Amino acid sequence: MEYKVIFKDYNKALKRNKLLGLKCNDCGTVTCPPMMVCQECAGTNQEVVELSGKGQVLTFTTSYLNSEGRENELPITIVMVQLDEGPWIMGNLDDVDPKRVNMKLIGKRVGLGHRVFPGDRYSAGEAARPVFSYIEQIENV
Amino acid sequence: MRRVVVLGGGHSKFCFNSPKTSVEMLSEVAMDAIRESSLEARDIQAINVGNVLGDFAEGQGMVQSFFANDIGCFNVPATRFEGACASGSIALRDAFIWVASGYYDIVLVGGVERATAMGTALATRTFAMFGDSRYEFPTGFTFPAAFGLLAHLYAHRYRIPLERLKEQMAAVSVQSHEYAMKNPHAQIHKQLSKEEVLKSFMVTTPIQLHDACPFSDGAAAVVLASEEVAKKLTNQPVYISGIGQTSSGKLSSQYQYLPRLRARELAAEQAYRMAGLTPQDIDVCELHDCFSIAAIIAAEGLGLFEFGTAGEAWERGETRLGGKIPINMSGGLKAKGHPIGATGVSQAYELTRQLRGQLVEQGRQVDEAKHALMDTLGGDGVLVSIIFSAA
Ligand SMILES: [Zn+2]
Repeated sequence: MEYKVIFKDYNKALKRNKLLGLKCNDCGTVTCPPMMVCQECAGTNQEVVELSGKGQVLTFTTSYLNSEGRENELPITIVMVQLDEGPWIMGNLDDVDPKRVNMKLIGKRVGLGHRVFPGDRYSAGEAARPVFSYIEQIENV
Repeated sequence: MRRVVVLGGGHSKFCFNSPKTSVEMLSEVAMDAIRESSLEARDIQAINVGNVLGDFAEGQGMVQSFFANDIGCFNVPATRFEGACASGSIALRDAFIWVASGYYDIVLVGGVERATAMGTALATRTFAMFGDSRYEFPTGFTFPAAFGLLAHLYAHRYRIPLERLKEQMAAVSVQSHEYAMKNPHAQIHKQLSKEEVLKSFMVTTPIQLHDACPFSDGAAAVVLASEEVAKKLTNQPVYISGIGQTSSGKLSSQYQYLPRLRARELAAEQAYRMAGLTPQDIDVCELHDCFSIAAIIAAEGLGLFEFGTAGEAWERGETRLGGKIPINMSGGLKAKGHPIGATGVSQAYELTRQLRGQLVEQGRQVDEAKHALMDTLGGDGVLVSIIFSAA
């Protein structure tokens, strides 16, 4: 059985700021990042959907420690965002000094952009990752 | 299913920059375990080994076969288990199943790691391999970062001001250092104050250096035997009375359940049900405190404290010797050290000694402990609970 969205296609779309997910036709759950099955009911009756890329920050951490070869990215803020369609997704946060983020970040509305991690000797190639930035509340009212 | 006994054990001093190779560390503790069991190498029918990063640390894969040969377990089937920081625990659980099933009577379980040979940057990179490499690592995600995310989520979910949670987290580290002082195998023998924790280097908010376990080298081993065989060899049998193991996916896929780890709760449930016990029956616990917040989350997931309250329990001393449920009397991963392939086997070694009452002289014996629980977390995704019982 083949994946409906493999990483290669997800990555290609994210590089155009498009976020691909899978909507379950049985239970309605949206799965993103994509998996083989629905992350709630394990069903395979899903269709590929493009998500809004908007959501709210659920938690964060600003890292001063990174892996071999990535020291130049520090400090970096990692966020977990709940997308408006339901799923949680990990990304980075732009437009904010990583050293200044605090608990007030939780609940902030954000929208999707991206940046490409060029890869390292173990990663089997590049990977785009979501980079979020603040959006005005009014956009979604 | 047959009852299974933990016989002898062996444990190296956990350390930084071991002068010994993984094969050497593992061989030494394995021989100690075999001798303490009143057995010879030729009595061992199979070997299970937890080892995670030998390939990166020493250019040494397949450590299990080379060490088996070194100790005279010639041509014995030896298998390596990889489940990140829970590798030793899944090796142990699997060995239990083989003996319980009747296929083998005597199985040696070992674990070894020599992570500090990699240096901090490569060690951090390789440890990050136990998160999702495609969808999460590109953000700069590492294991400390996972628990940074969970700590802020925990503070928000349970409405604990971050400054308060930080104090509770510090209490976890301070206690671990205190008991490690009494454990001759511990990597760190140094008192730690709350102030020192809160002043230490910020690794990834809100995790500071002293909220985190060190990189470690070390090894541990135990011998498992059927009850029938064990009765001839020991008059102090310690039984494995319950086992549980589960897996989970990348952090984001565990979504609404976080900061709780559903997989841990299910693994613990399996172990409690099999042993016919509840969390209230547990007398002593070794749990996976790779970070101070991880200890708090684990204690709650295992049912030892209500959700959102374990940090206070540490502050009140309920996790100390003589407290409601003594936790990590070994010094835990934080101060005993965390050689990841060996950690689960080390926990089993420790709890076996607690149940035999052998830690009185070290000043960290839990009085009349009957049931002991171990909990190990490997990466995003391997959870093991094992219960040991004195009868
Ligand atoms: Zn579904």
